[in-house]
Amino acid sequence: MSIKLSELPAEDYFLPGHRACAGCGAAIAIRLILKVAGPNTIVASATGCIEVISSLYPENAWGVPWIHTAFENAAATASGVEAAYKVLRRKGKISHDKVNFLAIAGDGGTADIGIQALSGMAERGHNVKYICYDNEAYMNTGIQRSSSTPYGAWTTTSPPGKAIPIGKREVKKDVARIMVAHGIPYVATASIGYPLDLMRKVKTALEIEGPAYIHVHTPCPTGWRFESNKTIEVARLAVQTGMWVLYEVKQGRLRITYKLSKLKPVEEYLRTQGRFSHLTDDDIAKIQEDVRKRFEEFVEGYRQLGVSVEA
Amino acid sequence: MIREGAGFRELPPAAIVPEPGTSLKNKTGSWRIFRPVVDREKCSKCRICWLLCPEGCKIELEDCFETDLDYCKGCGICAQECPYKAIEMVLEEGSSIA
Ligand SMILES: Cc1ncc(C[n+]2csc(CCOP(=O)(O)OP(=O)(O)O)c2C)c(N)n1
Ligand code: SF4
Ligand code: SF4
Ligand code: SF4
Ligand SMILES: [Mg+2]
Repeated sequence: MSIKLSELPAEDYFLPGHRACAGCGAAIAIRLILKVAGPNTIVASATGCIEVISSLYPENAWGVPWIHTAFENAAATASGVEAAYKVLRRKGKISHDKVNFLAIAGDGGTADIGIQALSGMAERGHNVKYICYDNEAYMNTGIQRSSSTPYGAWTTTSPPGKAIPIGKREVKKDVARIMVAHGIPYVATASIGYPLDLMRKVKTALEIEGPAYIHVHTPCPTGWRFESNKTIEVARLAVQTGMWVLYEVKQGRLRITYKLSKLKPVEEYLRTQGRFSHLTDDDIAKIQEDVRKRFEEFVEGYRQLGVSVEA
Repeated sequence: MIREGAGFRELPPAAIVPEPGTSLKNKTGSWRIFRPVVDREKCSKCRICWLLCPEGCKIELEDCFETDLDYCKGCGICAQECPYKAIEMVLEEGSSIA
């Protein structure tokens, strides 16, 4: 299955007038995801930038039914909507066919406070497609670190200083891998730097019955400290340097969807962003070494989770 | 439609907004410092700017893609990503970047 740029519909279901910062990567992701999902879709959004910028009462930027839910329970709310739909269908009270159920949350709402609701949704097997847009911190509340913030990043709660010169000391949590370990039918990583790949993955997820998880890398000019016109370039560099790997695990089979024969130096990515401006050459060398190692061991790591690998 | 200045007794329960897309009344074009200007000769209608605009405010015309300036925030992504270098960002009248 592929997505052709020339064939994409003009209609949008994430609409202008939203209040995201100029150049917001998350807004790009959500607009494209909704374009694929189309009008027959119900969305539950956790608190976070996407919810806040799209729903200043009585305004809303949604062209489909949309529910604001708390920071921690996008997956639980979407599960409830999907379960209610099934019951209403069974009782013949509604006739709508093939409704898409989306849960949308940020990295904080996914990797931190929302992970138990997400895990429950996956384990119970709800037909919900969960989208994590990852801007690598709690942006809406003022750039606090999350467990998805990468090692070495400045945030307001991981400031580099005399005592801790590196900024964030811990490495980024790998939520996609956690979701693969749940054994659900579809898990993918994606990036707004590769928009057609992102859209194809959303389409794939929607066509498979059962829970799906898509983790989208969405650079944030405000929190990462780069100019608003560089959002897509930064996203692409994350992939090309191996800082963000694009793959999917469909029915237990792993496929790397953007294959790299050679990684660009991580420095090319890190130096685009003010949040890494304190890093020394030694710090960057360590990050480079970690990326190289992760890259080499990537496929083997998935084999150990019981996943088979496509060439 | 929720009436401007409505008291809470008039409002739908549970903060429901009964219509879609009410954000359209919020003209974010007023945020703009730089304005994208399209060179219609150079535009090949490849759709890249339309695909990547965070506001979804690119409009297809007969011979090119133009910008809906009611909503364009002037981020510059379209100009940066246009493969044909058909878009230039120019300072809005009355704006300065001192
Ligand atoms: C239980 C609870 N704790 C804290 C908050 C405040 N809060 C709202 S959004 C948010 C962070 C959101 O981060 P993320 O999920 O990464 O989304 P982003 O804002 O980055 O898009 C926090 C801490 C809350 N709403 N509820
Ligand atoms: S803070 Fe970042 S993620 Fe949030 S609206 Fe602004 S650019 Fe988008
Ligand atoms: S990206 Fe450039 S060439 Fe392509 S449609 Fe937009 S303005 Fe035209
Ligand atoms: S400058 Fe940004 S908001 Fe304006 S049309 Fe270009 S991409 Fe869209
Ligand atoms: Mg976040």
